[in-house]
Amino acid sequence: MNETAVISKTHEVRIGEVIALLKPRVMSLVIFTSFIGMIIAPVGVHPILAFASLIFIAIGAGGSGALNMWWDEDIDRVMKRTRSRPIPTGTISADDARLLGLWCSGFAVFMLALTANFLAAGILAFTIFFYVVIYTMYLKRRTSQNIVIGGAAGAFPPLIGWAVATNGIALEPILLFLLIFLWTPPHFWALALVTKEEYTLAKVPMLTVTRGEQVTRKNIFWYSLSLVPIGLLVSFSSVGGPLTLGLVVVLNVMMILKASQVLVRTKEVSVRDNYSKERGLFKLSIWYLFVLFAGLGVESGLAKYLDPIITWPELF
Amino acid sequence: MAISKEHELHTRRKSRNLVVSLGLLAFIVLVFGITIAKLQDGQLVEGFDHSYRATLLKAEE
Repeated sequence: MNETAVISKTHEVRIGEVIALLKPRVMSLVIFTSFIGMIIAPVGVHPILAFASLIFIAIGAGGSGALNMWWDEDIDRVMKRTRSRPIPTGTISADDARLLGLWCSGFAVFMLALTANFLAAGILAFTIFFYVVIYTMYLKRRTSQNIVIGGAAGAFPPLIGWAVATNGIALEPILLFLLIFLWTPPHFWALALVTKEEYTLAKVPMLTVTRGEQVTRKNIFWYSLSLVPIGLLVSFSSVGGPLTLGLVVVLNVMMILKASQVLVRTKEVSVRDNYSKERGLFKLSIWYLFVLFAGLGVESGLAKYLDPIITWPELF
Repeated sequence: MAISKEHELHTRRKSRNLVVSLGLLAFIVLVFGITIAKLQDGQLVEGFDHSYRATLLKAEE
Protein backbone atom coordinates (compact mmCIF):
# COMPACT_ATOMS: atom_id res chain seq x y z
CA MET A 1 0.00 0.00 0.00
CA ASN A 2 1.42 3.42 -0.88
CA GLU A 3 1.51 6.41 1.40
CA THR A 4 -1.36 8.24 -0.25
CA ALA A 5 -3.59 5.25 0.25
CA VAL A 6 -2.76 5.13 3.94
CA ILE A 7 -3.45 8.81 4.47
CA SER A 8 -6.62 8.96 2.42
CA LYS A 9 -8.11 6.01 4.25
CA THR A 10 -11.12 7.35 6.08
CA HIS A 11 -11.43 4.70 8.76
CA GLU A 12 -8.93 4.49 11.56
CA VAL A 13 -8.85 1.19 13.36
CA ARG A 14 -10.07 1.77 16.89
CA ILE A 15 -8.70 0.01 19.92
CA GLY A 16 -12.13 -1.49 20.63
CA GLU A 17 -12.06 -3.18 17.23
CA VAL A 18 -8.63 -4.63 17.88
CA ILE A 19 -9.85 -5.95 21.21
CA ALA A 20 -12.90 -7.51 19.53
CA LEU A 21 -10.49 -9.32 17.24
CA LEU A 22 -8.86 -10.96 20.25
CA LYS A 23 -12.15 -12.56 21.38
CA PRO A 24 -12.34 -10.98 24.85
CA ARG A 25 -15.01 -13.39 26.12
CA VAL A 26 -12.97 -16.47 25.31
CA MET A 27 -9.98 -14.64 26.72
CA SER A 28 -11.73 -14.04 30.04
CA LEU A 29 -12.57 -17.74 30.36
CA VAL A 30 -8.96 -18.65 29.58
CA ILE A 31 -7.66 -16.17 32.17
CA PHE A 32 -10.09 -17.48 34.76
CA THR A 33 -9.39 -21.21 34.29
CA SER A 34 -5.62 -20.77 34.10
CA PHE A 35 -5.75 -18.56 37.20
CA ILE A 36 -7.58 -21.31 39.08
CA GLY A 37 -5.06 -23.88 37.80
CA MET A 38 -2.34 -21.63 39.17
CA ILE A 39 -3.76 -21.01 42.64
CA ILE A 40 -4.82 -24.58 43.38
CA ALA A 41 -1.32 -25.85 42.61
CA PRO A 42 0.65 -26.91 45.69
CA VAL A 43 3.45 -24.42 44.95
CA GLY A 44 2.93 -20.72 45.43
CA VAL A 45 3.75 -18.25 42.67
CA HIS A 46 5.11 -14.75 43.22
CA PRO A 47 2.09 -12.45 42.70
CA ILE A 48 3.86 -10.36 40.07
CA LEU A 49 4.95 -13.45 38.15
CA ALA A 50 1.42 -14.86 38.41
CA PHE A 51 -0.07 -11.60 37.15
CA ALA A 52 2.42 -11.32 34.29
CA SER A 53 1.92 -14.96 33.33
CA LEU A 54 -1.85 -14.46 33.17
CA ILE A 55 -1.38 -11.45 30.93
CA PHE A 56 0.80 -13.42 28.53
CA ILE A 57 -1.58 -16.38 28.55
CA ALA A 58 -4.38 -13.92 27.73
CA ILE A 59 -2.38 -12.39 24.87
CA GLY A 60 -1.72 -15.89 23.53
CA ALA A 61 -5.43 -16.68 23.69
CA GLY A 62 -6.16 -13.37 21.96
CA GLY A 63 -3.65 -14.15 19.23
CA SER A 64 -5.27 -17.49 18.53
CA GLY A 65 -8.67 -15.75 18.45
CA ALA A 66 -7.42 -13.31 15.81
CA LEU A 67 -5.98 -16.16 13.73
CA ASN A 68 -9.30 -17.98 14.01
CA MET A 69 -11.14 -14.89 12.73
CA TRP A 70 -8.67 -14.50 9.89
CA TRP A 71 -9.22 -18.08 8.72
CA ASP A 72 -12.98 -18.15 9.31
CA GLU A 73 -13.71 -14.87 7.57
CA ASP A 74 -16.06 -16.54 5.07
CA ILE A 75 -18.02 -18.35 7.79
CA ASP A 76 -18.26 -15.26 10.00
CA ARG A 77 -19.68 -13.27 7.10
CA VAL A 78 -22.61 -15.67 6.79
CA MET A 79 -23.56 -16.26 10.41
CA LYS A 80 -25.68 -13.72 12.26
CA ARG A 81 -23.81 -14.28 15.51
CA THR A 82 -20.44 -13.41 13.95
CA ARG A 83 -21.43 -10.98 11.22
CA SER A 84 -20.51 -7.93 13.28
CA ARG A 85 -16.93 -9.08 13.92
CA PRO A 86 -14.21 -6.68 12.72
CA ILE A 87 -13.21 -8.59 9.56
CA PRO A 88 -16.72 -9.16 8.12
CA THR A 89 -17.61 -5.52 8.77
CA GLY A 90 -14.44 -4.45 6.97
CA THR A 91 -12.97 -2.43 9.81
CA ILE A 92 -9.88 -4.64 9.97
CA SER A 93 -8.48 -6.52 7.00
CA ALA A 94 -7.95 -10.28 7.17
CA ASP A 95 -4.23 -9.81 6.51
CA ASP A 96 -3.90 -7.42 9.44
CA ALA A 97 -5.75 -9.87 11.66
CA ARG A 98 -3.33 -12.64 10.67
CA LEU A 99 -0.36 -10.42 11.36
CA LEU A 100 -1.72 -9.38 14.75
CA GLY A 101 -2.56 -12.99 15.61
CA LEU A 102 0.91 -14.25 14.72
CA TRP A 103 2.66 -11.48 16.63
CA CYS A 104 0.48 -11.86 19.72
CA SER A 105 0.98 -15.64 19.74
CA GLY A 106 4.75 -15.49 19.30
CA PHE A 107 5.15 -12.68 21.80
CA ALA A 108 2.98 -14.44 24.40
CA VAL A 109 4.83 -17.75 24.17
CA PHE A 110 8.23 -16.04 24.30
CA MET A 111 7.31 -13.88 27.28
CA LEU A 112 5.67 -16.75 29.17
CA ALA A 113 8.86 -18.77 28.74
CA LEU A 114 10.84 -15.91 30.29
CA THR A 115 8.33 -15.18 33.04
CA ALA A 116 7.34 -18.68 34.07
CA ASN A 117 9.04 -21.67 32.48
CA PHE A 118 9.46 -23.54 29.21
CA LEU A 119 6.83 -26.14 30.06
CA ALA A 120 4.07 -23.57 30.54
CA ALA A 121 5.17 -21.74 27.38
CA GLY A 122 5.27 -25.05 25.49
CA ILE A 123 1.72 -25.93 26.49
CA LEU A 124 0.57 -22.43 25.53
CA ALA A 125 2.23 -22.79 22.13
CA PHE A 126 0.63 -26.19 21.63
CA THR A 127 -2.77 -24.83 22.66
CA ILE A 128 -2.54 -22.03 20.10
CA PHE A 129 -1.41 -24.51 17.45
CA PHE A 130 -4.23 -26.90 18.35
CA TYR A 131 -6.89 -24.22 18.25
CA VAL A 132 -5.72 -22.55 15.04
CA VAL A 133 -4.38 -25.40 12.94
CA ILE A 134 -6.08 -28.56 14.22
CA TYR A 135 -9.47 -27.07 15.12
CA THR A 136 -9.97 -23.98 12.95
CA MET A 137 -8.14 -25.03 9.80
CA TYR A 138 -8.72 -28.75 9.83
CA LEU A 139 -11.55 -30.13 12.00
CA LYS A 140 -14.12 -27.36 11.92
CA ARG A 141 -15.07 -27.69 8.26
CA ARG A 142 -14.58 -31.44 7.98
CA THR A 143 -16.18 -33.38 10.78
CA SER A 144 -19.16 -33.23 13.09
CA GLN A 145 -16.74 -34.10 15.88
CA ASN A 146 -15.10 -30.70 15.33
CA ILE A 147 -15.95 -29.19 18.68
CA VAL A 148 -15.45 -32.46 20.55
CA ILE A 149 -11.79 -32.76 19.58
CA GLY A 150 -11.33 -29.02 19.23
CA GLY A 151 -12.60 -28.61 22.76
CA ALA A 152 -9.19 -29.75 23.94
CA ALA A 153 -7.85 -26.31 23.03
CA GLY A 154 -10.16 -24.68 25.55
CA ALA A 155 -9.30 -27.31 28.14
CA PHE A 156 -5.57 -26.62 28.29
CA PRO A 157 -5.55 -23.37 30.34
CA PRO A 158 -5.74 -25.01 33.82
CA LEU A 159 -2.76 -27.13 32.78
CA ILE A 160 -0.87 -23.99 31.74
CA GLY A 161 -1.68 -22.32 35.06
CA TRP A 162 -0.57 -25.38 37.01
CA ALA A 163 2.63 -25.56 34.95
CA VAL A 164 3.37 -21.89 35.65
CA ALA A 165 3.28 -22.67 39.37
CA THR A 166 4.93 -26.07 39.51
CA ASN A 167 6.91 -26.42 36.27
CA GLY A 168 5.21 -29.81 35.98
CA ILE A 169 1.97 -31.62 35.25
CA ALA A 170 -0.06 -33.70 37.69
CA LEU A 171 -3.24 -35.72 37.74
CA GLU A 172 -5.32 -32.88 39.21
CA PRO A 173 -4.93 -30.43 36.30
CA ILE A 174 -5.41 -33.34 33.89
CA LEU A 175 -8.79 -33.99 35.56
CA LEU A 176 -9.65 -30.31 35.11
CA PHE A 177 -8.61 -30.66 31.48
CA LEU A 178 -11.00 -33.60 31.11
CA LEU A 179 -13.74 -31.66 32.84
CA ILE A 180 -13.60 -28.78 30.35
CA PHE A 181 -13.05 -31.21 27.48
CA LEU A 182 -16.26 -33.15 28.27
CA TRP A 183 -18.13 -29.95 29.13
CA THR A 184 -17.47 -28.36 25.72
CA PRO A 185 -19.76 -30.60 23.58
CA PRO A 186 -22.98 -30.07 25.57
CA HIS A 187 -22.15 -26.37 25.89
CA PHE A 188 -21.63 -25.85 22.17
CA TRP A 189 -24.29 -28.22 20.92
CA ALA A 190 -26.92 -26.47 23.04
CA LEU A 191 -25.99 -23.31 21.15
CA ALA A 192 -25.83 -25.21 17.85
CA LEU A 193 -29.42 -26.41 18.35
CA VAL A 194 -30.51 -22.79 18.61
CA THR A 195 -28.47 -21.61 15.64
CA LYS A 196 -28.64 -24.71 13.45
CA GLU A 197 -29.85 -22.93 10.32
CA GLU A 198 -26.87 -20.63 10.43
CA TYR A 199 -24.37 -23.48 10.53
CA THR A 200 -26.16 -25.02 7.55
CA LEU A 201 -25.87 -21.74 5.65
CA ALA A 202 -22.20 -21.43 6.56
CA LYS A 203 -21.61 -25.08 5.56
CA VAL A 204 -20.09 -25.97 8.92
CA PRO A 205 -20.73 -29.67 9.60
CA MET A 206 -21.97 -29.30 13.15
CA LEU A 207 -23.59 -32.41 14.59
CA THR A 208 -26.97 -30.67 14.37
CA VAL A 209 -26.47 -30.26 10.63
CA THR A 210 -24.99 -33.65 9.73
CA ARG A 211 -26.88 -35.98 12.08
CA GLY A 212 -29.92 -33.95 13.03
CA GLU A 213 -31.35 -32.59 16.23
CA GLN A 214 -32.37 -35.85 17.90
CA VAL A 215 -28.86 -37.33 17.72
CA THR A 216 -27.47 -34.07 19.05
CA ARG A 217 -29.87 -34.12 21.99
CA LYS A 218 -28.78 -37.66 22.86
CA ASN A 219 -25.13 -36.68 22.65
CA ILE A 220 -25.68 -33.64 24.84
CA PHE A 221 -27.25 -35.88 27.47
CA TRP A 222 -24.48 -38.49 27.47
CA TYR A 223 -21.70 -35.93 27.58
CA SER A 224 -23.44 -34.15 30.47
CA LEU A 225 -23.62 -37.47 32.29
CA SER A 226 -19.93 -38.12 31.66
CA LEU A 227 -19.09 -35.02 33.69
CA VAL A 228 -20.22 -36.75 36.89
CA PRO A 229 -17.32 -39.20 37.42
CA ILE A 230 -14.73 -36.55 36.55
CA GLY A 231 -16.31 -34.09 38.98
CA LEU A 232 -16.31 -36.72 41.72
CA LEU A 233 -12.66 -37.59 41.05
CA VAL A 234 -11.77 -33.89 41.32
CA SER A 235 -13.68 -33.69 44.62
CA PHE A 236 -11.65 -36.50 46.11
CA SER A 237 -8.30 -35.36 44.74
CA SER A 238 -5.81 -33.18 46.58
CA VAL A 239 -7.44 -30.03 45.18
CA GLY A 240 -10.95 -31.11 46.16
CA GLY A 241 -12.86 -31.05 49.43
CA PRO A 242 -16.34 -30.79 50.89
CA LEU A 243 -17.14 -27.54 49.08
CA THR A 244 -16.09 -28.95 45.72
CA LEU A 245 -18.08 -32.13 46.34
CA GLY A 246 -21.17 -30.11 47.24
CA LEU A 247 -20.86 -28.00 44.10
CA VAL A 248 -20.19 -31.03 41.91
CA VAL A 249 -23.36 -32.72 43.19
CA VAL A 250 -25.60 -29.65 42.84
CA LEU A 251 -24.23 -28.49 39.48
CA ASN A 252 -24.32 -31.95 37.92
CA VAL A 253 -27.88 -32.59 39.06
CA MET A 254 -28.90 -29.26 37.51
CA MET A 255 -26.98 -29.99 34.33
CA ILE A 256 -28.43 -33.49 33.92
CA LEU A 257 -31.96 -32.28 34.63
CA LYS A 258 -31.61 -29.57 32.00
CA ALA A 259 -29.98 -31.96 29.53
CA SER A 260 -32.78 -34.49 30.00
CA GLN A 261 -35.36 -31.77 29.36
CA VAL A 262 -33.53 -31.02 26.14
CA LEU A 263 -33.29 -34.75 25.39
CA VAL A 264 -37.03 -35.48 25.47
CA ARG A 265 -38.02 -32.53 23.31
CA THR A 266 -38.75 -32.66 19.63
CA LYS A 267 -37.92 -30.00 17.12
CA GLU A 268 -41.57 -28.94 16.88
CA VAL A 269 -41.81 -28.32 20.62
CA SER A 270 -38.55 -26.40 20.64
CA VAL A 271 -39.49 -24.22 17.69
CA ARG A 272 -42.76 -23.35 19.41
CA ASP A 273 -41.03 -21.76 22.41
CA ASN A 274 -37.98 -20.59 20.46
CA TYR A 275 -35.64 -23.18 21.98
CA SER A 276 -36.03 -21.91 25.54
CA LYS A 277 -34.73 -25.09 27.22
CA GLU A 278 -31.76 -25.29 24.88
CA ARG A 279 -30.91 -21.66 25.60
CA GLY A 280 -31.32 -22.45 29.27
CA LEU A 281 -28.87 -25.34 29.03
CA PHE A 282 -26.35 -23.11 27.25
CA LYS A 283 -26.57 -20.51 30.02
CA LEU A 284 -26.44 -23.12 32.74
CA SER A 285 -23.33 -24.68 31.19
CA ILE A 286 -21.52 -21.34 31.46
CA TRP A 287 -22.47 -21.06 35.14
CA TYR A 288 -21.52 -24.69 35.68
CA LEU A 289 -17.92 -24.15 34.69
CA PHE A 290 -17.62 -20.76 36.35
CA VAL A 291 -19.06 -21.83 39.72
CA LEU A 292 -17.16 -25.12 39.84
CA PHE A 293 -13.81 -23.48 39.13
CA ALA A 294 -14.52 -20.61 41.51
CA GLY A 295 -15.35 -23.26 44.13
CA LEU A 296 -12.01 -24.95 43.56
CA GLY A 297 -10.28 -21.63 44.05
CA VAL A 298 -12.16 -20.95 47.29
CA GLU A 299 -11.52 -24.50 48.48
CA SER A 300 -7.78 -24.10 48.05
CA GLY A 301 -7.95 -20.77 49.90
CA LEU A 302 -9.82 -22.38 52.77
CA ALA A 303 -7.55 -25.43 52.88
CA LYS A 304 -5.27 -24.10 55.58
CA TYR A 305 -8.24 -23.47 57.89
CA LEU A 306 -10.19 -26.62 57.08
CA ASP A 307 -7.38 -29.16 56.87
CA PRO A 308 -6.77 -29.26 60.65
CA ILE A 309 -10.50 -29.76 61.31
CA ILE A 310 -11.65 -32.09 58.55
CA THR A 311 -9.94 -35.23 57.34
CA TRP A 312 -10.93 -35.39 53.72
CA PRO A 313 -10.59 -38.76 51.98
CA GLU A 314 -8.11 -38.05 49.18
CA LEU A 315 -7.91 -40.85 46.66
CA PHE A 316 -4.64 -39.66 45.19
CA MET B 1 5.27 22.16 4.77
CA ALA B 2 6.51 23.00 8.22
CA ILE B 3 7.25 19.97 10.24
CA SER B 4 5.26 21.30 13.18
CA LYS B 5 2.07 21.51 11.19
CA GLU B 6 -0.65 19.26 12.52
CA HIS B 7 -2.03 17.06 9.80
CA GLU B 8 -5.64 15.95 10.07
CA LEU B 9 -4.23 12.41 10.33
CA HIS B 10 -2.52 13.23 13.61
CA THR B 11 -5.72 14.25 15.36
CA ARG B 12 -7.48 11.21 13.96
CA ARG B 13 -4.85 8.87 15.30
CA LYS B 14 -4.31 10.64 18.60
CA SER B 15 -6.28 8.26 20.79
CA ARG B 16 -4.74 5.25 19.14
CA ASN B 17 -1.24 6.58 19.64
CA LEU B 18 -2.05 7.27 23.25
CA VAL B 19 -3.22 3.70 23.84
CA VAL B 20 -0.14 2.29 22.09
CA SER B 21 2.16 4.42 24.23
CA LEU B 22 0.32 3.41 27.40
CA GLY B 23 0.60 -0.22 26.31
CA LEU B 24 4.35 0.11 25.82
CA LEU B 25 4.71 1.84 29.17
CA ALA B 26 2.74 -0.92 30.86
CA PHE B 27 5.00 -3.50 29.22
CA ILE B 28 8.10 -1.75 30.54
CA VAL B 29 6.64 -1.66 34.05
CA LEU B 30 5.68 -5.33 33.76
CA VAL B 31 9.16 -6.42 32.66
CA PHE B 32 10.65 -4.38 35.49
CA GLY B 33 8.24 -6.07 37.91
CA ILE B 34 9.16 -9.50 36.57
CA THR B 35 12.84 -8.69 37.04
CA ILE B 36 12.32 -7.64 40.65
CA ALA B 37 10.17 -10.70 41.36
CA LYS B 38 12.76 -13.04 39.84
CA LEU B 39 15.55 -11.42 41.84
CA GLN B 40 13.49 -11.72 45.02
CA ASP B 41 12.91 -15.40 44.31
CA GLY B 42 16.67 -15.66 44.00
CA GLN B 43 16.61 -18.52 41.51
CA LEU B 44 18.88 -16.80 39.08
CA VAL B 45 21.26 -15.20 41.53
CA GLU B 46 24.20 -17.24 42.61
CA GLY B 47 26.09 -14.39 44.28
CA PHE B 48 29.55 -15.96 44.19
CA ASP B 49 31.33 -12.96 42.69
CA HIS B 50 34.29 -13.16 45.04
CA SER B 51 34.60 -16.87 45.54
CA TYR B 52 34.17 -20.06 43.56
CA ARG B 53 30.68 -20.63 42.25
CA ALA B 54 29.22 -23.61 44.08
CA THR B 55 27.92 -25.26 40.92
CA LEU B 56 31.41 -25.22 39.38
CA LEU B 57 33.01 -27.08 42.25
CA LYS B 58 33.45 -30.82 42.06
CA ALA B 59 31.18 -32.68 44.38
CA GLU B 60 33.03 -33.83 47.45
CA GLU B 61 33.05 -37.50 48.18
